[in-house]
Amino acid sequence: MDDSLTLLGFGPEGWGHALLNGGLMTLTVSGCAFAFGLGLGTLLAWARIAGAAPVQRLAQGYGVVMRGIPDLLVIYLFYFGGRQVASAVAKQFGHVGPVEISGFAAGCLAIGLLSGATQAEVLRGAFHAIAPGTLEAARVTGMGRWTMFRRIIAPLALRTALPGLGNQWQSVIKESALVSVTGLVETLRAVTVAANSTELPFLFFLAGGAIYLVITTISGFLFRIAEWRSMRGQPATVGRG
Amino acid sequence: MDFAFIAQVFPKLLAGLPLTLLLAVLSLLGGGLIALGLSGLRASSWIGARVADFYVYIFRGTPLLIQIFLIYYGLAQFPAVRHSVFWPLLREPYVCALLSLMLNDAAYTSEILRGGLRAVPAGAIEAARVAGMTRLTLLRRIILPLAFRQALPAYGAEITSMVKATSLASVVTLMEVTGIARAEVSETYRAIEVFLCAAVIYLVLVTVIARAVDLLEDHLTPYRRPTSARSVA
Repeated sequence: MDDSLTLLGFGPEGWGHALLNGGLMTLTVSGCAFAFGLGLGTLLAWARIAGAAPVQRLAQGYGVVMRGIPDLLVIYLFYFGGRQVASAVAKQFGHVGPVEISGFAAGCLAIGLLSGATQAEVLRGAFHAIAPGTLEAARVTGMGRWTMFRRIIAPLALRTALPGLGNQWQSVIKESALVSVTGLVETLRAVTVAANSTELPFLFFLAGGAIYLVITTISGFLFRIAEWRSMRGQPATVGRG
Repeated sequence: MDFAFIAQVFPKLLAGLPLTLLLAVLSLLGGGLIALGLSGLRASSWIGARVADFYVYIFRGTPLLIQIFLIYYGLAQFPAVRHSVFWPLLREPYVCALLSLMLNDAAYTSEILRGGLRAVPAGAIEAARVAGMTRLTLLRRIILPLAFRQALPAYGAEITSMVKATSLASVVTLMEVTGIARAEVSETYRAIEVFLCAAVIYLVLVTVIARAVDLLEDHLTPYRRPTSARSVA
């Protein structure tokens, strides 16, 4: 037990720093992917709400395709596929041999594209929960489209979307573990390296699981606080205190 | 697009489909059974409910991949495990992947089941009791059918998500569709074509399953169909 504590600690023998950096990298990748997904999801939701018929169908098709493919395959596609494209391009310029691309970028892109499809659904549902009268009232007072989005639609829709977005954030954190296949040193990769060199796989994978659990628990807690704050000034509904 | 290459790769990838399906079906069956057990545990006592909650919390709060690694690589750390009668099984990547998929699926399924059970109206249960149904009949004829129908859309999503999750088994060397695709890429270096072919296979599979679940739901909720559709059918 003492040995385990030393190994997980921050001393010269310990892997504490490596695991901490891995945890921070997990947060960074997840944050970038989630932000990208939120931007993409907003555009997709907009396309499905207000787009012309072909645009709507395109956005819907994107969602169907993205929800039908395993996350791991999408990451492989962007990482190895990206390498294939980069090598082909480099060859045109006279460079011979494979070209490495960033696992971080490929991972963020892949998870963001996946998450964007689901976030679009969450945001679309939240938009439809806005009372039509509210939008009409905004239009009647002469608000421009951008002002209406900024002052009416975004604040109201975000409030409804918060629980769904919270779930998406949790999924993104868990999906970020798959980026370890590109060699990016996030939590899972860090604990794998530690497990291999200490030959204590159970200890380190357990520690890795604990890191994810800490991240998902704290962020779940933060999202609940945000939900609670966003509901201030609202009439209490059934089931709320 | 090099169609000759795609025509050559596609059958190779399809050879992994039986394993993908087998992993999905077995993990859903096993996961479903464990989920039923968790529901029983939750109903049994306060402590049982806390244990079930903790199980769900652990398995939903960590990535599936780390659960697979913990079972496949982690358990081998203990000499007691390596010398036990289970070692010939636990040494197999197939068994480990299946075990972690089952345990993971159970956590999600038990939450879906919980939601379904909660949606059974108290009045329906009272009415059945008044009619003199025994507890088992009540469970079999009233509670489970109503809960199943209520939980079906969410469970359909869980089925497709398990089909996709089987792709992680490739990381512990299993040669299902993703595993074959990965091997094919390291041989041919044509990642885009190969992975896109694999993606098409999963997409078709998931679409077929989602459609089947929709049809089943439609079949189980005749009262929701528009009247005109009902007279046609």
